[in-house]
Amino acid sequence: MNRKHPSVMRVFIFALLSWLKISSSAVFAQGPGPRPSLPPIPIKGDTTHTLTKHFTQASSEPKKTDAKGFIQRWLVLEPVKKNIARNNIITDNFLKTTFSADNFSNDYNMIPKDGESVKIGDQDLKWYALDSKTFNFNLYHFTYALNKPKYGILVWLVTVINCTEDIENVRMSAGCNSGSMWWLNGQETMILSGDRDMIADNVTSPRITLKKGKNIIRGAVINGPGMANFGVRFIDDKGEPVKNFTISYQ
Amino acid sequence: MSEHKTLDFHKTNDMKKNKITFIISTLALSIVQFSMAQIGRPFIHDPSTVAECEGKYYTFGTGGGGLISNDGWTWHGGGVRPGGGAAPDVIKIGDRYLVIYGATGGSPNHKGAILTMWNKTLDPKSPDFKYSEPIVVATSDGYEECDAIDPGVMIDPTNGRLWLTYGTYFGYTRLIELDPITGGLKKGNKPVDVAIVCEASTLVYRDGWYYLLATHGSCCDGANSTYNVVVGRSKKITGPYMDNVGRGMLEGGGKMVAATRGDLIGPGHFGHIILEKGVEKMSIHYEADLEQGGRSVLGILPVVWKDGWPVAGEKFKEGTFEIESVRRGYALELAVDFSRMPNAPRGFNQPNTEPIKPVPALKLEDVAKNWPSGNINLRIGDYMSRPHQKWTITDAPDSTGYLGGPYYKIVLTGTNRALTATANAEVITLPEFTGSPEQLWRIDQLTDGTYRIMPKAVPNSNEKLALISSGDSTPTLGKFDFKSDNSKWNFRNP
Repeated sequence: MNRKHPSVMRVFIFALLSWLKISSSAVFAQGPGPRPSLPPIPIKGDTTHTLTKHFTQASSEPKKTDAKGFIQRWLVLEPVKKNIARNNIITDNFLKTTFSADNFSNDYNMIPKDGESVKIGDQDLKWYALDSKTFNFNLYHFTYALNKPKYGILVWLVTVINCTEDIENVRMSAGCNSGSMWWLNGQETMILSGDRDMIADNVTSPRITLKKGKNIIRGAVINGPGMANFGVRFIDDKGEPVKNFTISYQ
Repeated sequence: MSEHKTLDFHKTNDMKKNKITFIISTLALSIVQFSMAQIGRPFIHDPSTVAECEGKYYTFGTGGGGLISNDGWTWHGGGVRPGGGAAPDVIKIGDRYLVIYGATGGSPNHKGAILTMWNKTLDPKSPDFKYSEPIVVATSDGYEECDAIDPGVMIDPTNGRLWLTYGTYFGYTRLIELDPITGGLKKGNKPVDVAIVCEASTLVYRDGWYYLLATHGSCCDGANSTYNVVVGRSKKITGPYMDNVGRGMLEGGGKMVAATRGDLIGPGHFGHIILEKGVEKMSIHYEADLEQGGRSVLGILPVVWKDGWPVAGEKFKEGTFEIESVRRGYALELAVDFSRMPNAPRGFNQPNTEPIKPVPALKLEDVAKNWPSGNINLRIGDYMSRPHQKWTITDAPDSTGYLGGPYYKIVLTGTNRALTATANAEVITLPEFTGSPEQLWRIDQLTDGTYRIMPKAVPNSNEKLALISSGDSTPTLGKFDFKSDNSKWNFRNP
C-alpha cells in the first residue's frame, strides 16, 4: 500500500483518508475509532551514518564477481539532487535528457579517481570506490551513509572489467530502481526507463564483446521516491552468468 | 488524486483553496458513499482476503471499515475494523477470526507495527461481535530495511502452523511465525527475509510447494499505478522462493499472476480463497476501475493452476459459444433433427478448375421452422457449427450473484430459448427466458482452466447440482466432482 509516494503527500493523503473515514464512519456508527499511536519501537541496529555497514572500501586488488556473476565493485558519485515526485515520469527521453544535462564528463571511457570531486551544476560531488556486501548495490544505503538526500537522486557509476581474452556474445544485464542507462566502452548498451523495481536481469543489452584488457562500464541511476538500487552482471546466451573476468576501479 | 494535489501547491492561493476543497469534497463523498450501502460499488483499497462468516462475505481495507456482501457479488459498506492503519488480512482459525493490520499507512520514516486481534464473528450486528485487544507481532524501527505493514497470513495445511509475511517496496518482505492459539508472535521466532521490493505478500500451500505471492509496481496513482501480482515458490516455507526462470524473489524475481486487463488497472493485494476442490478464487483490488471513475475497487478472479503455477483466470465474458463437454469434446445442443447442408459432396475425381464459391452456413431460420415450439430437450453431440449448437450467454437481468460473478442467461443463439434446470434434476430448454432461478446459471472457471456450470436453483430441491455429462451424449444435473471430466465444460468460439 506504501508504494513510492512522496512522503509528505503520502502522510497527508493517509491522514486525510483516515480523518474522513473516521468522520463518515462515526455518522454511520461503523467507524474504526481513533487510530492509536504506534507502540514504542526500540531501535534494533546501528543507525549511524557509516559506509561500512553495507559496503567495504574497494582495495587496489582486482575483485571477482559474486557467485552469480554480479558486479559488486563500483566507483559511485555522491547523488545529484533531482526533484522527481513520481517515477513514472522516467521515460526514455527523460533519461537521455537528464543524463546528458547532469553529466560529469562526456568522455565515457574516463575513469574517475577514488576520492576526487567533480562539479555537476552547483553541486560538488565526491567519488567513492566501494564493494557492496550484497549482489546488488543499494544506493539508498549509500546516500544514507553519507547523510545525503535519499530520494529524488541521480547517481553516476563507473567500474572496470578486466579480461584476459575477448569474451564474445555476452549481454550486459541490469535491474534498477527506478530508471538507468548503461554504457560499455563508450557505447550505450541499455536504457531502463519507467517505474522499475530492482529485479535481477530485468533488461539485457544486445550481444556484445568484452575485449581483452580494460572494459569501462558507465552507469547512471535515477530515482524519485523509493529505494534507489541496482544490480549488474553479464550473462551468456543461455542466461548463465559470465564470471571469467575481474573488476577494479582503476 | 495526489498528483493533482501536488500540482495544486504550486498554484495561487485561491486556486489552491478551491481545488483542495473540491478534492476534499470528492474524497468525502466517495468515502461516505463507501460507508453507505452501495450495491455493486465495491470501493476499497488494500483489501483483506475475502472471508466468509455466517453466510456473508467480508473484506476490510485501509483506514478502517470494510465491505460486506450477501452473495459475494454485490458489495456494500458496513464492515467494522478498529485500529485504523492499513492493508489488513483476515483468516478463520477454528471458530474465531484473526484480523491482522498495519498500524500505519506506510509512515514516511518506515516506522511501523503489525497487530493482530480476534473476533468470534465478522458481523458487526452480531451480539458476539467484539474485537480482542490488539497484539503487536512485528515492528520496523524506521532504520531497518523493512516496513512493517501489508501483512498476509496462512495456516500451513500440513502441520497447522500459522505464518505471516509483511513488508513493502522499502527493502525486504519478512516471514514470521505466529501462535495460532494466541495470535501473538511464536516464542523465540525471528523474522526471515524472503523477498525484496514486494508489497502485500501472502503465502499459499499446494502439492508440496509453498508459494509466495506479492505485489510489484507502484500503487496509489490511480490509472497510472503499475501494481501487478507475482509469485515464487519453495519447498520450504522459509524459502528460497524462486520464480519460473530460477530467479530468487530476494533478487526481485517473480512470475506474473495478475496484471492490468482492460479497464481494470493495477491489481494488487492477492488473497487466496478455496471454495472447494477445484474451485479457487483470488481477492484483489484494482488501483483503478476506469468504468467506475478510476476508483480503487475490489476484484475477484478465478485461480487457475498451470504447470504448478497460479495464474489469474478470467471473469467469464459474455458472448456466443459452443459449450463443449470435457468428457469427450462433444457440444451441448438441442435434441432436434440434424439438418444437412444443401451443397452436394464433391467427387474425388472432380476437376479443381471450377471457380471457388463460399458455401453459406446453415442459418437459424433455415432449420428452426422444423423444431417444436414448446420445450425441447438437450443432448451432447459432435460439434458441426450448426444453429442448434450455438449458445449466447449474457449477464442475467438479476442483481444477485456468487463469489466473483453474476448469474448468466444461456439461450440458443438468435432465440430466447433458455437453458433450464428441471425439478427432476434434468436440463431442458424452454421457449422463453423468464428469469426464474432455474434459468440463471453460475459459471466458475476451475483450477484446471475448464468451467463448472450450475443452475442458481433446482426446482423443489436444496441440492447444489451442476451441469454434467451422463455418457457422451446426455446432459443432466448432478453433483460436481472436480476429479471427473463429466463435470467440466469449455466455452469455445462457435
